[in-house]
Amino acid sequence: MSVEVTPVVETVDLKKYYKTKKGDLHAVDGINLKIYRGQTLGVVGESGCGKSTLGRTIIGLHKPTAGQILFQGRDISRMKRKKDGLCTKMSMIFQDPYASLNPRMCVADLIADPMRINHLYGSRQEQYQRVEELMDIVGLARRVAGAYPHELDGGRRQRIGIARALAVDPEFIVCDEPVSALDVSIQAQILNLLMDLQDELGLTYLFVTHNLSVVKHISDQIMVTYLGRCVEMGSSDQIFENPCHPYTKALLSALPEVSLEARNKKVELLKGEIGNPINPKPGCRFASRCPHCTEACLAGDLDPREVEPGHQVSCLLYE
Amino acid sequence: MKTKGQEKQSIKRGRGYEIWGLFKRNKPAMVGLALLAFIALVAIFADVIVPEELCYTFSGAPLETPSIEHPFGTDNLGRDLFARVVHGSRVSLLIGFGATILSLAVGAFIGAACGYFGGVLDNVVMRIFDVIACIPGMLLILVLVMALGRGTENLLYALMISGVPGYARFVRATVINLTDMEYVQCAKSYGTSNFTIILRHVLPNALGPIIIMLAGSVSGTILAAASYSFMGFGVQQPAPEWGAIIAASRQFMRLAPHFAVLPGMAIVITAMSINLMGDGLRDALDPRLKD
Repeated sequence: MSVEVTPVVETVDLKKYYKTKKGDLHAVDGINLKIYRGQTLGVVGESGCGKSTLGRTIIGLHKPTAGQILFQGRDISRMKRKKDGLCTKMSMIFQDPYASLNPRMCVADLIADPMRINHLYGSRQEQYQRVEELMDIVGLARRVAGAYPHELDGGRRQRIGIARALAVDPEFIVCDEPVSALDVSIQAQILNLLMDLQDELGLTYLFVTHNLSVVKHISDQIMVTYLGRCVEMGSSDQIFENPCHPYTKALLSALPEVSLEARNKKVELLKGEIGNPINPKPGCRFASRCPHCTEACLAGDLDPREVEPGHQVSCLLYE
Repeated sequence: MKTKGQEKQSIKRGRGYEIWGLFKRNKPAMVGLALLAFIALVAIFADVIVPEELCYTFSGAPLETPSIEHPFGTDNLGRDLFARVVHGSRVSLLIGFGATILSLAVGAFIGAACGYFGGVLDNVVMRIFDVIACIPGMLLILVLVMALGRGTENLLYALMISGVPGYARFVRATVINLTDMEYVQCAKSYGTSNFTIILRHVLPNALGPIIIMLAGSVSGTILAAASYSFMGFGVQQPAPEWGAIIAASRQFMRLAPHFAVLPGMAIVITAMSINLMGDGLRDALDPRLKD
């Protein structure tokens, strides 16, 4: 990873707050990330930690409250997505293959819709030709082109979702838990498909998930988030071999292991509940559950520090 | 299961063709369609079937039973009942479809806007409709008719106004549900405009319930128009209208049952055919209900 290369996607102190009656809900609270071409950044965290919101804000479904989103070096956070041609550069794969496909449209139309909206191919014939190509690429039999989503199983539906995301020929795809609604055997198929596509088409992924095994399998870089903040970021190996932040350690210790020694290993369980994201107190968001918490942790927001090259941790233990 | 050839065809010929194919297989719906088409033809060609003067001329003895000269018999003043029922279909269908479609159009527009955009607009409009909903429907229509003046046209407006809140509320609820769906978010993510989203992703999915409601209320409105005319608030004598004819017949029910039964049959058959057709249309429009 050389320094001169511009990342495909970069966020600078990205924030997304939701206004609620009780105050601002800090869904994404100052995230800095860089994803380079052909790489996958896995975002892990428990439910409600703002990982989906992060993906949706980058793709433009939500307006960021503050901060910048740079796409190939251009700040796109205030741009009109369609007018500036961003809709053909980035796309999104959604979590639920049952809810993300319009039940009234047949497979071919579902895949062709992004092309139509963005006026990509001149004639209908060309569109359907491209649809057939895409169906081959994602491994859908051509005979299902006229079928409706409810006639297909979860794995095939998610393949439709992937083909639709590829329809605009994007460079960057946000995958919002694309396998969490599928059963394990199909999860593996879909993950392998996504990785093959990445190799063939040089795609860049932001991969949002709560499943640690999945993220280990697919990611080059991993970001662990907690309550809208990045607690640890590093390469996949660094995170799994040498987790530094107490939260990351707790997450990894909860991962079931298939080995004899693992039987006697004590699992470090976290106590307490995830804090309230509405008007959070300054300081480390994880302090209320952290076994190593000191008063200094509550003094002010922590910025990530490098513990080894490319491995950043937001924790006072590593000051 | 469909064969390969059929699938290719359905892509090329489009949804309309496919919906018609599904609809055609539904026998009760086809019966409904045939009946409704028949009634519509009668309404359109009423003048060809029987001249309008016959509605008003005293061409026979009072309360004659059906005969070749007067297929439906005569009413209490000796007017030809067949002519009156045939020409009455125009008014009934006009009020039934007119009032329903107008109030659906207005209601769907307001409801879709409220549901999709929410916020202050939604709150204000819904509170106004709450107030209207507090007034019993029949009272509301009677008050509106009294304010506007008795007559066919005013009855139509009154029925239309009283229908708007129901439609708006219904469409709003459906649209709110659909706006949160992931496929709407997805369409947004590749740059679909709000208008296209409502047109392509929200309304088609709301169509099933809307059509059922539409079918139910067309027949309901025809019945309502008949009953308001029966009570003397709608179509005024001597203009022919099914409800008004039945109203005139009520004193003679024992003496001449055909006087009430034949226009009554017209109302029942019309309402039934619309309901059957509506059910069939809903099934054909929703690919999930196939097979």
